[in-house]
Amino acid sequence: MKTRTRLGPGWAWVVLMVSGLMLAAPARAATEKYFDRSGRLVVVEKSAPELLRPYEMKKPVSEKTFPVAAPPFSEGIFPCSDCHADMTPNLKRRELVDEHTNIVLHHAEGQRWCLDCHNPDDRDKLRLVSGELIPFTESYRLCGQCHGDKFRDWKVGIHGKRTGFWNGDKEYLLCAHCHNPHDPSFKPLAPMPPPDRPGRASH
Amino acid sequence: MSDKKPCDQNVYRLTRRKALKGLAMGVGALALPASNASASVWESFFQQHFRELSKEQLQRVLARMEKEYSSSYGQPVTVKATPPIEGVKFGYGLDLSRCIGCRRCVYGCVSENNQSRDPQVQWIRVVRLNKEKGVDLDYAEHYYNPAQVPEPGHFYMPVQCQQCEKAPCTKVCPVQATWTENDGIVVVDYNWCIGCRYCMAACPYGARHFNWKKATVPKEELNPNTHYLGNRPRPVGVVEKCTFCIQRTREQPGRYPACAEACPVGARKFGNLLDPNSEIRYLIENKRVFILKEDLNTQPKFFYFYAT
Repeated sequence: MKTRTRLGPGWAWVVLMVSGLMLAAPARAATEKYFDRSGRLVVVEKSAPELLRPYEMKKPVSEKTFPVAAPPFSEGIFPCSDCHADMTPNLKRRELVDEHTNIVLHHAEGQRWCLDCHNPDDRDKLRLVSGELIPFTESYRLCGQCHGDKFRDWKVGIHGKRTGFWNGDKEYLLCAHCHNPHDPSFKPLAPMPPPDRPGRASH
Repeated sequence: MSDKKPCDQNVYRLTRRKALKGLAMGVGALALPASNASASVWESFFQQHFRELSKEQLQRVLARMEKEYSSSYGQPVTVKATPPIEGVKFGYGLDLSRCIGCRRCVYGCVSENNQSRDPQVQWIRVVRLNKEKGVDLDYAEHYYNPAQVPEPGHFYMPVQCQQCEKAPCTKVCPVQATWTENDGIVVVDYNWCIGCRYCMAACPYGARHFNWKKATVPKEELNPNTHYLGNRPRPVGVVEKCTFCIQRTREQPGRYPACAEACPVGARKFGNLLDPNSEIRYLIENKRVFILKEDLNTQPKFFYFYAT
C-alpha cells in the first residue's frame, strides 16, 4: 500500500492507459480459468467455439425487453379480438353478467374496473395510463405503474422467480404467473410432508 | 547339566511368535475384499484423496464409478469432477418475507441430489418460527403439517448448509475428507470420509447428514447427472451435505440450484458474490440482510433477507 502511494500519479496514468488499451482490444483472449483440485489456478487457451459462453462480469439488464414465459391465459381466451372485434365497446362501468363472470375483481376494486387496464378499441393490447398500448407479454410495465418498488426488484431478479442459468440466459416470469391480476394476493398452498421423526423410519 | 534337547533343524516347530504372525496375516487377508475380488473394489479400497489424484488417476476413478453406478442403477450415469470457475464465489439469498414454508425446496433437493429415501436424508430443513418472537430458534418447529401454509402468526426459515467462509466442520475433520473449494463450496470426498461424524457435531446449523445405510434411491428416480463431490450415490457410513448443486452450478452456463428452481414464490436467490451485477450482490447491498448465528463468526455465504 505504502509503495503505491509513493509512486504518485505517474503510475495511475500508466495503469489507465494500459486498461484503456485492453478495453479497446476488439477480441477477448479466449482463455478459460479455473482452479485445479489442489487449488492452483489453471489457465487454458481455448478457441472461440470451444469457449461457448464465457462468464461475463458486465451484463447490464436491457430496459423494456425481458425474456418472459408466455402469459398464463385461460384456455381459449386469447386473442380477445376473436369475440371483441365486432363488438361495440360499452364504456359504462358495470358488473359483467353475460361473459367473464368468473372474474371477480379483488384488486382495489373501488378505484378501477376492466377498461382501466384493458384497451377498449384493440382488446389484444393492454393500456398504460399514458395511453401507450402494450402487448400482454409486457404486462409487467402495466403492473409497474403502481408497484414501482416491486418492478424495480423484479427487473434485477429479486422479486419473483427467474429460471435458467445463473451465469447465462435467464427467463422471467410475468407478474401474472404468480399473481392473478384480478385477485393478486398469493394463495396458500398445501405443504409437502414433514421429515420423519427420529426412530420412526421404516427399516 | 541342561536337560534341553538339541533342536532338530528338519522338524517344523510352531513357536508363539510364528503362530501370532500367521494369525495376524490370516485375519488381515480376511479383512481384505478378496472373495468378491472385482478390480473396482480393490481400486476404491486403495484410492487416494481426491485432491491428490493425478489427472489420469481421476479419469480412471470417474470411469470406474460411472461403470459401477450405471450397472447398479440400470441406466447411464455420468460422474463429473468439474473444477471451480475463476472469479466466482457462490452466494445464496433467501427471502424470509416471501417463504411460505411449503417444503417444495426440500423435495426438489432430494430428487436432484439423490438423497436416501429410506432412511430419510434431507439437506434442507424448514423451520417454522413465531412472528412475535422473530428469529428465535427456541420457538422453532420443523414437523409442522397444517392443511395449508402459510399459517397465521408464523413465518418460515429453511436452513441448509451455509457454506461458511470459516467452516467449523472442515477444521475438525481428522482425515481432511471435507474442505472448502475455491468457489466457496464446502465439499466432502465420500471415498475418504471415515464416518466419525465430528463435522456433524461441529456444524452449528445441523446441515450435515450421515448415511446410516447405503443410500436408497429408486432406480427410476436417480438423477444420472452427478458430480464426484456432490450428488453421486453415497456409500454407507459417510457424511453428506448441500453443495449448492455443484453438478449444475459449476457448468458454463450453469443452471440455478434445484431448490431455487423448485421454489414457487421465488424466495431463493443465487449468484456470484464477486460479480457486482449479480442478484446476490444487489440484495446484499439494497435489502435488509442477516446471517444465521453471526456471533459464531462462521461467516456464512448464505444470506437471509427481507425484500419488503
